Amino acid sequence: MLLSIKGLAKSFNELEVLKDIEVEIEKGKVLSIMGPSGSGKTTLLRCLNALEQPDRGIFTFDDGLTLNFEKKISKQDALRLRRKSGMVFQSYNLFPHKTALENVTEGPIIVQKRNKADVQELAESLLEKVGLKDKMNLYPHQLSGGQQQRVGIARALAIEPELMLFDEPTSALDPELIGEVLTVIKDLAKENWTMVIVTHEVQFAEQVSDEVIFMDGGYIVEHGPPDKVLKAPREQRTQQFLQRILNPS
Amino acid sequence: MEPSLKLLKIGLVKMFHLNDMLFAITADQGGWELFKNSLLPMIKGGIKYTIPLTLISFVAGLILALLTAIMRLSKSSIVRTPAIVYVSAIRGTPLLVQLFIVFYGLPSLNITIDPFPSAIIAFSLNVGAYASEIIRASIISISKGQWEAAYTIGMTQNTALRRIILPQATRVSIPPLSNTFISLVKDTSLASLILVTELFRRAQEIAAVTYDFMLIYIEAAILYWIICFLLSIVQQAIEKRLERYTAT
Ligand SMILES: Nc1ncnc2c1ncn2[C@@H]1O[C@H](COP(=O)(O)OP(=O)(O)O)[C@@H](O)[C@H]1O
Ligand SMILES: [Mg+2]
Repeated sequence: MLLSIKGLAKSFNELEVLKDIEVEIEKGKVLSIMGPSGSGKTTLLRCLNALEQPDRGIFTFDDGLTLNFEKKISKQDALRLRRKSGMVFQSYNLFPHKTALENVTEGPIIVQKRNKADVQELAESLLEKVGLKDKMNLYPHQLSGGQQQRVGIARALAIEPELMLFDEPTSALDPELIGEVLTVIKDLAKENWTMVIVTHEVQFAEQVSDEVIFMDGGYIVEHGPPDKVLKAPREQRTQQFLQRILNPS
Repeated sequence: MEPSLKLLKIGLVKMFHLNDMLFAITADQGGWELFKNSLLPMIKGGIKYTIPLTLISFVAGLILALLTAIMRLSKSSIVRTPAIVYVSAIRGTPLLVQLFIVFYGLPSLNITIDPFPSAIIAFSLNVGAYASEIIRASIISISKGQWEAAYTIGMTQNTALRRIILPQATRVSIPPLSNTFISLVKDTSLASLILVTELFRRAQEIAAVTYDFMLIYIEAAILYWIICFLLSIVQQAIEKRLERYTAT
């Protein structure tokens, strides 16, 4: 097990967004999170990446790093937590003043202070993996949404995180561009990257996930392998949600 | 000597220390001849004082502005408050009063500074306050997602500011900062009132001899206009260049 999360809670002012979340993330496995808008999926990912500070909860990593959020964690601990994972955003958030290649090399060179020539080679191979080697010297505004998101994935992979977090990576894309991004994520699953993916793509989640979580109102409502949660959900709320996204109108 | 007497002496020496070229100008000249003869002293005042005063004050002001803007974004009120007070005080008082405090006011605290450095100090402080508001606004205008993307690749706040936010904020702030620069060129004419022999003081000196106020002051106006016109062409060229990179 890479990470075990216990009793995670987070409120914004009066609003309780996460209520007593328990999750275990297995090394080399893919965990998908589904659920209606506002159910707390993004907040959960942001807690994993220290972009939000939980109010309560305990994170235990396999290397012994344990964080108890009962009191405010130190800056160093937040940085240690953050450096365990790479994040892919719904709106890509590429650095517009840097080329695709520079977006990818920025973390390893500037933050990790790794050898420039090595990083250059790594970045080129990552861009090749996401099918953008020929576009590596273009700026984000010269790329399509699907291409930008693939650069976003390469940028997150470049810091060699133990855990990859995806927050609705295809929600901002035109339908014809979704496939190319999902293909890249499926390839990563084959390479045994540990991933947590928030998505509304049911078919994709079925194919790629080892485990699926269904969230609603800040709780984990249902939790299990994809052929249970997505094919034969026990809970009424899961059934209704799947009904709605599979048969819109 | 009494400080005020000393000042008066400086003033008188400056005033009657007319350049050789000014002796070519006499009261009986008029029209085109006067216009021609006045041109050189004014341009010389521009090159020797107006332009250096503008450039030095602008660069010093920008450094001050960046510092102030970053202080104002701090979470600590001990860091923030001095920056807020500084900006408020400068924006809330006339530039001319600021100039007079530095040049005529400080000597009563036994701090006497020559006209040119006095002007540099006052203009730098002034630019620093206004430009810090521009820089602060441009930092705020960069989306939160850029900070977060920087954090997720492991950057600290300082690294994110330096590598990701400021380069983008610079592009946003260049058009308003070039307006500040052009205003500064014109504002330097106020330095004539603390005896800096810049372009406009030259004009006043000539007008005091020839009494041809209209001609001389129009001439000065044309010279300022030419400088600002050239600068606005440079400004447009820079903005065109920036457009290429900022398309989103
Ligand atoms: N920074 C914030 N401040 C206040 N409320 C927030 C903030 N972030 C999220 N929320 C609220 O928390 C709830 C859950 O949001 P989110 O985690 O983004 O849900 P999801 O990703 O499942 O749509 C929403 O009601 C949202 O408005
Ligand atoms: Mg969300």
